[in-house]
Order: sequence, then C-alpha cells, then structure tokens
Amino acid sequence: MTLAATDLAFGYRGVAVGRGVSLSLRTGEVLCLLGPNGGGKTTLLKTLLGLIPAHAGSITLDGRDLARFSRAELARRVGYVPQAHAAFFPFTVREVVLMGRAARVGLFSAPGARDRDVAYRVLDVLGITHLADRAYTQISGGERQMTLIARALAQEPEILVMDEPTANLDFGNQARVLERIDSLSSSGLAILLSTHDPDHAFACADSVALLHGGGLIAAGPPRETLTADTLKRLYGIDVTVSYLSEIGRHVCTPSLNRFNRGETA
Amino acid sequence: MTVRDRLAARREPTAGWWERAGVWVAPAALIAIVLLSFGIGKYPISPAEFADAIVTWITGQPSEIDRTIQTVLWQVRLPRVLAGLVVGAALAAAGATYQGLFRNPLVSPDILGVSAGASLGAVLGIFLSLPVLAIQALAFAGGLAAVALVYVIGSAMRERDPILVLVLAGVAIGALLAACLSLLKVLADPYNQLPAITYWLLGSLAAVTRGDLLSILPALVIGVIPLVLLRWRMNLMTLGDEEARALGVDTTKLRCVFIAAATLMTAAAVSITGVIGWIGLLIPHIARMLVGPDFGRLLPAAVMLGGGYLVGVDVVARSMVQIEIPLGILTAALGAPFFLYLLATARKGWQ
Repeated sequence: MTLAATDLAFGYRGVAVGRGVSLSLRTGEVLCLLGPNGGGKTTLLKTLLGLIPAHAGSITLDGRDLARFSRAELARRVGYVPQAHAAFFPFTVREVVLMGRAARVGLFSAPGARDRDVAYRVLDVLGITHLADRAYTQISGGERQMTLIARALAQEPEILVMDEPTANLDFGNQARVLERIDSLSSSGLAILLSTHDPDHAFACADSVALLHGGGLIAAGPPRETLTADTLKRLYGIDVTVSYLSEIGRHVCTPSLNRFNRGETA
Repeated sequence: MTVRDRLAARREPTAGWWERAGVWVAPAALIAIVLLSFGIGKYPISPAEFADAIVTWITGQPSEIDRTIQTVLWQVRLPRVLAGLVVGAALAAAGATYQGLFRNPLVSPDILGVSAGASLGAVLGIFLSLPVLAIQALAFAGGLAAVALVYVIGSAMRERDPILVLVLAGVAIGALLAACLSLLKVLADPYNQLPAITYWLLGSLAAVTRGDLLSILPALVIGVIPLVLLRWRMNLMTLGDEEARALGVDTTKLRCVFIAAATLMTAAAVSITGVIGWIGLLIPHIARMLVGPDFGRLLPAAVMLGGGYLVGVDVVARSMVQIEIPLGILTAALGAPFFLYLLATARKGWQ
C-alpha cells in the first residue's frame, strides 16, 4: 500500500493554501506533519483524504488517482481521526465506534453481528471496553480521542490519518496516544498525523514533513530533518535538539533562556 | 477474543430503570390519550358506551346504544383523532430529522422555511377567495417551493459549510416570505379574510375531513419511507458533513433525500391544519430523552409522542372553554414552559 502526493497544490475553493508538496507513505510507516498554526496542515490532510479537491498535482493510492475512488471505497482504506470535539447528541461510545462501519454496511441496513464484533475488538485493542456504554458527551477529552481512534480503526483501514491527535490532551494522555500510534504502526497500519510538538515526531515517526507557508521546507527521517536550524525556520524560535541516553532517543525543547524577540520573523 | 468476550460485546447496554421504562412511555401515553380523546368533548361518552360502540362496530349487531353516540364517535371524533395522530406524527418525525441533519436540538421543521412558504400559499388562497381545496394545494406547493428555493441557493454557495449556508438561507427566505405575508394581511378584507388568515396561521383540526386526510396520506407515506429505510444513515449525518464523508457517506445525496422527505411531510400536514408550531421542536427532544439519540428508536418514539401530544392538545382545545382555542396558541402555551423546564433540568438529551 502506498499513498503518494506529487507536486500537490491545495486549498479551499478560490483560496490557495499550499503548493509544490510531494510526499509518500507506505505500510507500517509513520509520517508526522509539523508546522506552525495556519501553515496548512489540516487543509493538506483533508486534501489527502479526498475531502477537498486538489488544485493541482496528483494524489494516488496504490497508483490509482484518489479522485477515481468512491467515498465508500476510500473509507474502507483510509481511516480519519478528526480532532476530539464536543458532540451534539449523546450517542454511546459503542454507537460512535459502530459508525466507523458505515462504508461496510448496506445503505438501508444497520450494523450486524460482525460489525459489533469488530467494534468490540477495536475497543479491546485500545483498552477502552469499559467506556462502551458511556455517552460520548460525558467522557473526557482523552477518552473522546481514543473513541475517535477506535471509530477510525473500525473502518478496518490500511492508512490512518490523524489531525493533531494529541491536541487538547493532558501530558499523560498525550503519551498514551503516542504509544498507541507506535503499536498500531507495528501492527501494519500506515499512519499520517499532524502535531504541534516536534518532540512527538522523535517519539513515534519514521519520517517528518515540515510544512511552512503552504510548502515543505524539509522532509525525511526525524534525526536528520529535525535540527535546531530547520525548527528555527519552522517556528521562528531557538530549539535545542539533544540525545537523551536514559530513554535512547532524541528530544527537543524550546531553548527559552536564549530566546530573543528581535530574531523572530 | 474468547466466547465470553463475544457475548459481552453483544449484550445490550446495562440500562437503569429509567432507560428500560423510557421505551414504553411513548406507546403507553399514545394509547391512553387516544382512548381519552374519544370520550372527552362537548358530548361526553362514557368508557362503557365507547366499549359498546366498538363491539357493535366489530360484530355488526344492531345497536342498543344511542345513535347520537355513534355519530359523534365515528363521524366527528374519529376523523379528528386520526388527523391529530397523523399530523402530530408527521411534524415530530420531520422535526427529529431536521434536528439530526442540522446537528442542533433547537431546530424545528420551520428552519428551511416550509411553514413560511405554506403560510404564504394558504394566505394567498384566502386573499383570492379560492375554494378550500385550492387553499390547501397552494399551502402544500408553497411549503415545497420555499424549501426548494432555500436548497438551490444553499447549493449554489458551495465553498462554505453546506449546513450553515442552508440554515442562513432558510432564515433569509423565511423573512422575505414573512414580509409578503404581512403585505397580504394589510391588503386583506379585515372583516372576512383577516380572521380566516389569523385562524389558519394558528392551526386547527376542527375543519379536517376524511377526504383531507386521504389526500395527504400519499405524501406522508412517501415522506416516511426514506426515513425508516435510512434510519442508521441518519445517525451518521449528525456527525457533520466532513466526518460523515470521511466515513464513506455520500452526504450531498443523503441530505437532499432527508430534506425532501421531511419537507414533504411537513408541507402535507400543515396544508390541511394550518401552522401548528412547537411540536416538531419539543417532541423529538422528549423522545431523545426517553430512548436516546439513535434514529432507529428515535423516529418511532417521536412519531408516537407527536401523534399523542397533538391529539391531547386538541382535546384541551375543544373542551376547555366554550369556543375552540386555536392549536398554535395551546402548543406554544404548553410547549414553551415545558421546554424551559427541560432546559433547566434535563441533561440526558443533549449537551
């Protein structure tokens, strides 16, 4: 399975957001999209999901043009995890997860026994079976994020696209979501996620793409791509990247003590 | 997964007494109200007489009971009760659909201008002194035309959130139609036409005949069939356009079908009774509190409660004082305080 974008221009109708973006994602790979607010991350993800049409360039899934897939065909292969949000109606977590089966349930049918099995299995995989009968409106933000991941997994997709899955989560829940991303990719899913924290890319990504002003300023493996220099260009602040031997990976954090307002631009 | 896990997965949610009882509230209330409504009125009929009349009707035996009772029961009360059931059910079903579609529990079937369009059609008919049938036809056509106009305008502005555009277009068209309506009221004959117009705008079951009921039945059936068939898809529409599409739902087509179905039912109902507000807003709300948001259970609950509620309100309308009170006044007078009570106390229905 390969999702590939070539020289992609994207945006909303009449408003260009980005151009010249090329990237690809393969089975078992985690691609992390980084960039400042307004850099076009969400728009790019929605374009790659086929929710908004590309302005120019091509997106292919296993070599076939994305626009030639029907909505249901696409939903069977690409799962979408939106940002955790407030819901309007108090569906139970079980009902929300079952909604992930939409593309595999007949137009006039409701989910059957097999669909309920799948829903239970993904709740089990994510360790949230205890939430099954709770109302989605009455659980915490972290639990909602897990529910939305479960719903996307219930699509039984090959690719998981996650829009800032760690946003609005507390410290512990952020780490839990990152752990899930890691175990899901080991189970053979391709994962494309956006995040505000470059440290998350070190923690879970095989490759990163840095989106700034609608274009990619760098892309590649985290250790080579995420440097003090590129992060400064991306966010306009000084960042320290360093190897932490206790946990055996690189970490990065803003070097606030050397922060200088005069240099931001 | 072990066998026990599989069983656990299938087991229904462990519901409290409220949830389990909730499913039975709607049918129980419906039956009680319908039975009551046959007995109450200007000519009271005792339960024994009512039972006798039914036995007589079933067996075809010559009756021992008063002919008047038979006439009141079958010629006066029955059509009226049936009209209340059908119209209340249609308005509640349309309301449940619109609330899901527009992801807002405060939405009523009027949101896309169906009532405004129907009102303008009917008032135009009254203004031109047309026969009743023509007034009804104009109301029906006006309701459909208003929503069609809103839908076309909404579809033309596609770059924005389609749901928001529809609501805003509905508000604008509704205001425009209300202006035309006001103009007709100013121009209307204040002694003959204006009272008729006012009466129509407040709704009533008094003038509904069996013929009226039969004439709107096809529209109601055509409207309710897609709602029943697509009941699970309706749940997906409550996620919003983008999320539903990401899950593989063709939202553009489905939204069009749902709007057409709900509009057809509302326009048909309103065309024979006049505008009856509040049912489409309040009833789906109560139904959701009783059986939850799943449309497969919400729709039948709303239909039963809506029918029962309108029949009950109509009993009050025809028995409280000497003259008949228009339904629109009662549904608002009963509905608004109850709605406020719900807002203040209930948290199960929505957030």
